Amino acid sequence: MKAGDLVELAGRNLRESVLRNSLTTLGIGVGVASLVAMLSLGIGLQQLANRRLERSGLFDTIMVTSRRGFRGFERRASREGPSPAESRTLDENARREIARLPNVLEATPDIRFVTELQYEGKPHLTMVAGLPASARDNDAFEGIQGKFFTSGTADEAILQIQFAQDLLGIRSEPGSPSPKLDATTQALIGKEVTLSYAERIPSPNAPEAKPEAAKNAGSLQSPPSAASEAGEAAAASFSVVPRERKLRIVGITDQDPDGIRGASGARVFLPLPMVESLHIMLPTGMRESEPSFSNVPTYMSVSVRLRSPNDVETVQDAIKRLGFNTFSILDATRNLRRFFAVLDLFLGIFGSLALTVAALGIVNTLAMAILERRREIGIMKAIGASDGDVKRLFFAEAGVMGFLGGIVGVALGWSIGRVINIGTNIYLRRQDLPAENLWSVPWWLVLGAIVFAILVSMISGLYPAARAARLDPVQALRYE
Amino acid sequence: MTDNSMGAGAIRTEAVQRHFQMGEATICAVDGISLDVPAGRFVALLGSSGSGKSSLLNLLAGLDRPTAGAVIVDGRNLADMSGEELSRYRRHNVGMVFQSFNLIPTMTLLENVELPMRFAELERGKRQALAREALERVGLGARLAHRPSQLSGGEQQRAAIARALVNHPSLLLADEPTGNLDSRTGSEILDLLHASNEQFGMTVVMVTHEQALAERYAERLIFLADGKVVADHPNVPTSRKTAAQVPASHKPGEKETT
Repeated sequence: MKAGDLVELAGRNLRESVLRNSLTTLGIGVGVASLVAMLSLGIGLQQLANRRLERSGLFDTIMVTSRRGFRGFERRASREGPSPAESRTLDENARREIARLPNVLEATPDIRFVTELQYEGKPHLTMVAGLPASARDNDAFEGIQGKFFTSGTADEAILQIQFAQDLLGIRSEPGSPSPKLDATTQALIGKEVTLSYAERIPSPNAPEAKPEAAKNAGSLQSPPSAASEAGEAAAASFSVVPRERKLRIVGITDQDPDGIRGASGARVFLPLPMVESLHIMLPTGMRESEPSFSNVPTYMSVSVRLRSPNDVETVQDAIKRLGFNTFSILDATRNLRRFFAVLDLFLGIFGSLALTVAALGIVNTLAMAILERRREIGIMKAIGASDGDVKRLFFAEAGVMGFLGGIVGVALGWSIGRVINIGTNIYLRRQDLPAENLWSVPWWLVLGAIVFAILVSMISGLYPAARAARLDPVQALRYE
Repeated sequence: MTDNSMGAGAIRTEAVQRHFQMGEATICAVDGISLDVPAGRFVALLGSSGSGKSSLLNLLAGLDRPTAGAVIVDGRNLADMSGEELSRYRRHNVGMVFQSFNLIPTMTLLENVELPMRFAELERGKRQALAREALERVGLGARLAHRPSQLSGGEQQRAAIARALVNHPSLLLADEPTGNLDSRTGSEILDLLHASNEQFGMTVVMVTHEQALAERYAERLIFLADGKVVADHPNVPTSRKTAAQVPASHKPGEKETT
């Protein structure tokens, strides 16, 4: 029999005992619905976590440090690599090279230094850091009081709330609840602070005196020995000038944008390009081994942002090959992904339980149908149906029930997921938390659920179909 | 299909046996029957119930396999055929008519008659045209969309005959075709079988226990008892004259009203 005829006959047979077959189909629908609801929730949670992680900027970021650094994040790796004195300098040229690596969004120097800020004449010692414009999307600035920097070169500052309270003279005792953004902190917005810093000015004669060495240091393949030779020669060829700059406070955040560094995190943030233009004397610049003669800035570390957390491993390897130390929270994401895979698996298993029950329903319904349609099967065989035709017909009936059940189930599962989502968001709103989309039904889940329902139904139809096909036509036609 | 309409349908059985196991006892429903029926004949199998006539018919139909012996139709031994080959044989070579009509109650007449051609994988358009034609030939052209339950017994049996003939079989097997009908309607059905036999030339084997009816239509009467042939003789059908007067375009549906 042709496939079209099979489906048509199957549909017609199903319509003959509408109630029983709709109940069976509904059973499959409920099974599929529970599967879809569970999986869509799992997928939704995973997407939510991924979204959060990406915005936190922790998981798609690699910290790059020079192996010359007095403190490498990866001590073992630095022991295996070239000795610290021989390895490359993390300077502007290296930063550019890293930024050109595939899947790298940007590589920004970490400029941070401890200095003094004056507010209303009183000095406050703190850690200051430059922030690239891309940090605007960081979670830490989601609930910012005030606003983000107007431009990369503006003389503006964003304060972490603890420093803001410091400025206001509020002492937080250990164990007291974390400070909240309120009217007192609001009062700081728009106020001026004065930043004291040391500008590093290269001696004007240095580049001319050693043009060849400067060229070597600038080009990336320069042998370290030549560079350090040149560095020794030019070690003293810069001067340090103390300076001050007035900054306007534009925003205060109660989060910790520098959380990756823990307690040593910066408390005051400035636009990165502006800070770079100040040529602040950094601790790296004071080390003797640095080729400090040129105008090429060197960095203690560079933050590399990637397109996706999935690229961390490959980019990390590429940077290591360039001769630098790297650090990322890759392992944490790996564990997280494993967690979600397991979660999805468990949700899928629980969702499938209902579908298993539904599959038994199909077996039952079709077995009943065989008893009822004994005679019909006998007739069909008598007028030329082969065993295969009969088997395929019952198979098709199971398949049609699975298809309809799959559609019903996807619709039902979608609704269940929606209700759960709405319920959760009402709860979140009561807790003064922003609404989240916990639940996602991607198109592949819709298609997959329907295909799965058809498959499960057909597997359930295997036994009844085989029984129907084996039916002896003489026996089936005997009883009148 | 038209090849079958002329000359085909010769039956030979060679010491065919069909045994059923009923617990301890073995029942010999068909016990060594050897027959030779040339193509195109109208043969009646007579006997009381349990004589083995229906079992023999099922063997001829390829619905059942012999325990021993051979059933040869048009030179092919059904006992050697695979299940798939048997179903193809039933589909293309055999038409069956039953006492209880055996139409599928959930289908219209047209769909019932179409069904064998679905198994033969004919196109829908061709299928419907042939089914309509077959139903018109038995006088049910106006009842195509009716379900069997909406029809009288005679009409249902005529629809069953249309279904049996739609694939132009070389063998028409009728198992007590008049058993559920009153005698007048029964005669009409046999007139129709007879006319089809004349028109298409297929072999007709009819199982009946009414000897009078058999004598009116069959050219040969075979009497069975306990699975064996007890008598086998030619017969001059008494209805032959009246049947010959029925034109090919005869519509039994009209005859009912006269």
